[in-house]
Amino acid sequence: MPSLSVRKPLSKKRRSLVAFFSFAIPLMIWSAVSYLPFIWHPLVKVTEAGSVGYFRANMLVPRETFKFETQKMASAGLEQPSGTPANPLYLPAPHEVGKALYTAFATEPRRQSEKWLHESLWSSIQVIFWGFILSSMLGIPIGILAGTFDFFSKLFEPFIEFFRYLPAPAFGALAVAILGIYQAPKIAIIFIGTFFQQVLVVANTTRKLDPALLEAGQTLGASNRSLLLKIVIPGVLPDLYRDTRILLGWAWTYLIVAELIGTSSGITWFITQQARYKNFDNVYAAIIIIGVLGLFIDFLMAYFGRRFFPWKSI
Amino acid sequence: MTRLELPDYKFQTERVKERFLRLKRRNITMEIRNLTKTFQGIDGPVTALKNINLKVHKREFVCVIGPSGCGKSTLIRTLAGLEEATSGEIFLDDKVVTKPGPERGMVYQEYTLFPWLTVKKNIMFGLLESGATKSIAESEARQWISLVGLEKFENHYPSQLSGGMKQRVAIARALANQPKVLLMDEPFGALDAQTRAKMQVYLMEIWKNIDITILFITHDLNEAVYLADRVVVLRANPGEIQEVIEVPVPQPRNPSQFITPEFLATKHHIETLIHPIEQVNEADNLNLVRMVNVASDIGDIF
Ligand SMILES: Nc1ncnc2c1ncn2[C@@H]1O[C@H](COP(=O)(O)OP(=O)(O)OP(=O)(O)O)[C@@H](O)[C@H]1O
Ligand SMILES: [Mg+2]
Repeated sequence: MPSLSVRKPLSKKRRSLVAFFSFAIPLMIWSAVSYLPFIWHPLVKVTEAGSVGYFRANMLVPRETFKFETQKMASAGLEQPSGTPANPLYLPAPHEVGKALYTAFATEPRRQSEKWLHESLWSSIQVIFWGFILSSMLGIPIGILAGTFDFFSKLFEPFIEFFRYLPAPAFGALAVAILGIYQAPKIAIIFIGTFFQQVLVVANTTRKLDPALLEAGQTLGASNRSLLLKIVIPGVLPDLYRDTRILLGWAWTYLIVAELIGTSSGITWFITQQARYKNFDNVYAAIIIIGVLGLFIDFLMAYFGRRFFPWKSI
Repeated sequence: MTRLELPDYKFQTERVKERFLRLKRRNITMEIRNLTKTFQGIDGPVTALKNINLKVHKREFVCVIGPSGCGKSTLIRTLAGLEEATSGEIFLDDKVVTKPGPERGMVYQEYTLFPWLTVKKNIMFGLLESGATKSIAESEARQWISLVGLEKFENHYPSQLSGGMKQRVAIARALANQPKVLLMDEPFGALDAQTRAKMQVYLMEIWKNIDITILFITHDLNEAVYLADRVVVLRANPGEIQEVIEVPVPQPRNPSQFITPEFLATKHHIETLIHPIEQVNEADNLNLVRMVNVASDIGDIF
């Protein structure tokens, strides 16, 4: 079977191969840029300063500057500097980031008051968790009601439509003023960022339930209450689950904003702090950890989804 | 070639005549009085049904047939209480009905089993709604499952069943509530010819053995004549009753009757009602000749 056929699944073997390449290709590009000097390497890392007054070992200088100084020393008959091509500090090589994935966890924070990476991560996960749980506890029921009864739709949706255009980060200062500087305002930002979208998405998903199922329920004698509890809710649950997976991804993007307000904390604090120390390998490591964590949670949810809704797949 | 000489569709043998007399002495289960239904269409109101009057007797099998868009689905949906009548009344055992209820079971053309429930739980749904305990509902559901011959599939989900099996479950689910009438809107329309024929035999079998009155919508002439005691022929725009035909084919029916003279006569008559010969539509004359160059190496296909 050809690899490109419209809306036909690939064979199992080919699917894993293609999925492998989806990660392998970016990694290959990164490696090429890092290890092949002729692709980019705009800087030179000085190994020996020679007679250049301001050169120091391990200093990074632009290629042109290095060439210029080398020629100057050569024509003056002085000792020439030596160096190797290098990329800027903000683009560490894969092996450096790979190493940082381990060392970031193992290095002690510079100051007593600062947190280890795993503590920062744990703090971030808690903020996401509580913000998202609170949002879902309110947003999913309201969304289902709005998707089922026109009354609730008209009661909630106009205001929510308006509110969702207000950028959640704009409420940062307000959240701090009301909720203090620690975790609470951060949770509030995640909540604001998720809740309003969630109500609308859930309401729309609920509205997509096949009306024939509701009619079938009515002709079987189901009351309004049963229609809601025994048909609407189980009927839309798998789709709501899928929505929740997508919304959780959005919550992660709000995390970065949320953690900057009040006292900066969590993984965002770790990233800004490491960037300040110019430990860019740690920055990349932290970003990759967020990605892996997100992917892992999504895998987990997909796995449980198949368990929860066996009737969805044949 | 000579045309078949068919008898008058109104001719009934003594046995058939006598049966209809008995049938008409039965109680009236459902009565439709002056039912009219108009929809608010984009360009003005559309009269989907106009002045429908019909009495359906206990344990009668009535088929409704008519051209597409004549209001068959609207009729059955109004009877089920899913649409509100614009005017007129529907009586079920002399009581007016206005909203859906379990005493009118419904089976649709589309599959409307609850996909998240197994076969058994689908059938238990209505029983639980009517207040049966779980154990009673379960044992009753089992009986209905065996009636439709799906014992092996009681724990399967609808997505694991074939179309015919799904409709058998849908019938069992509707019957489990012990409704007075079973409303069926082209229930076998999505099935292939063979499965469809099996389902027809099957439905007749159920109808014989259960205290149920059936109103069955179809656009298949064979199906209508084969299943029905009486066939109601609708006309389109507006949807009105054109004729109510007493099918002269003796009961109990069997598939060998498809080619008996009275079967063919009835079928032929309904055909002329639904597709009047003189009314040839201009748009139906295809102008293919002008569109396609005919390859000349084959002179004449006849
Ligand atoms: N909800 C609605 N709003 C507006 N018009 C409607 C609605 N439902 C049905 N109609 C109109 O009423 C008429 C009858 O429709 P109906 O679906 O009852 O026909 P039908 O006989 O069941 O057709 P088919 O054989 O194709 O199933 C059609 O002209 C249709 O356009
Ligand atoms: Mg229809």
